[in-house]
Amino acid sequence: MKERLDRQTIAFRVAKEFPDGAVVNLGGGIPTLAANFVPEGRTVIFHAENGVLGFGGVPGSREEENPYFLGANGLPFSALPGMSFFHHADSFAMIRGGHIDITVLGALQVSETGDLANWTFPERGIGNIGGAMDLAAGCARVIVAMEHTTPKGQVKILRKCSYPLTASRCVDLIITDIAVVQVTPEGLVLKETAPGWTPEEVQACTEPKMQISPDLKEIEL
Amino acid sequence: MKNKVYDTFREAVADIPEGATVMIGGFGHAIDKPQNLITALRDQGAKNLTMIANGAGQAGRLGIGSLGGKPFVDEEVLLENRQVRKAICSVPASLVMSKPNAFEKQYLAGEVELEYVPQGTLVERIRAGGAGLGGFYTPTGVGTLVEKGKEKRTIDGREMVLEFALRADYALIKAYCADTMGNLVYRGIMRSFNAIMATAAKVTIVEVERIAQAGELDPEIVVTPGIFIDRVVEIPREKKP
Repeated sequence: MKERLDRQTIAFRVAKEFPDGAVVNLGGGIPTLAANFVPEGRTVIFHAENGVLGFGGVPGSREEENPYFLGANGLPFSALPGMSFFHHADSFAMIRGGHIDITVLGALQVSETGDLANWTFPERGIGNIGGAMDLAAGCARVIVAMEHTTPKGQVKILRKCSYPLTASRCVDLIITDIAVVQVTPEGLVLKETAPGWTPEEVQACTEPKMQISPDLKEIEL
Repeated sequence: MKNKVYDTFREAVADIPEGATVMIGGFGHAIDKPQNLITALRDQGAKNLTMIANGAGQAGRLGIGSLGGKPFVDEEVLLENRQVRKAICSVPASLVMSKPNAFEKQYLAGEVELEYVPQGTLVERIRAGGAGLGGFYTPTGVGTLVEKGKEKRTIDGREMVLEFALRADYALIKAYCADTMGNLVYRGIMRSFNAIMATAAKVTIVEVERIAQAGELDPEIVVTPGIFIDRVVEIPREKKP
């Protein structure tokens, strides 16, 4: 079995996509972890949909935790200079209104045209849309962070999603435990592979045919 | 002038009738939920409610969204007590798939109705209701099951769906401090749905950590003007966060 990147390392790669000064909303799971890996010298302003902008990391001790400072992921955050609070209508005006530069979301399936399915699958019979549809439809740049295949080895990058969609044609970049794949109008482009993985091996875990970028490189760790 | 301050949560929710549409504020965290008003509504027992809330509850029991994972009260107590006929929300199901919540069990058994609404659309529908608007067009939900049966229109080159406003008979909300006029200020992440639902019900009932005298709150920092608030109840000392 070939080595795949762990969740922390996927998050590390995700954080390299944040330019200095970017406003970023992180979804639950792997995306949340990206907050810990903002490259040195860059300042990123994090947005949480429950009404806070410009917050810091989880406090170092229980004594510093504040019950009024809890992010959308349910974890306590610390105050940073310039932080602000607001209600949900403003929070989603920021999202739909194009004021958030980047959102990072988990996914169950992504299609070759950038359709995203991440809120439920048919067998469950119910699901949680939460803020995902607004984030996917409203943010300037949508990055998906996920494992490349399911635990059972089923492909998640498909020609067409079979699960209910979150939004169509919204995903710009897919960062997984074996590759970085860009969604372009001409289809998927394989940009980076995890150490030890060949493009053919990544393609074998991906349903649609990918083009291989002329500057294909190994994911830098 | 009518006194807005009520002594007990029980009195504040006493007149909510069977079949009422009730908004419940907060995002889903301990500090933003009107926990005492929810408990009072559970004890009061009105049934066949249409519940408009971000979620149908359970995070409270699982302790997701409180310091140290301490359990708290949320919408799920109304489901467990079989008071809800229909939920209009964005997070109806459990956050932990292996631990289904009361709502999804009842929904999958065909016992309750559900209207899925994306979170941003939900709050905007409530905002529109409070502002006297009929609805709005949004790009959220285009190409998904949310657009089913809805009018679509291309505006500025972008496909959008028509969403209608939401109003309620009652809104149960949480704020940090109210003055006796009903002016509200919040704290931290508490505004969430609370500050919007405040505007969209015939009767808005708020529970607060402190009641101030009129004049104590600086008008410059009031978030929800008292005109939107009908009833105020202070959380008793022993239940304060």
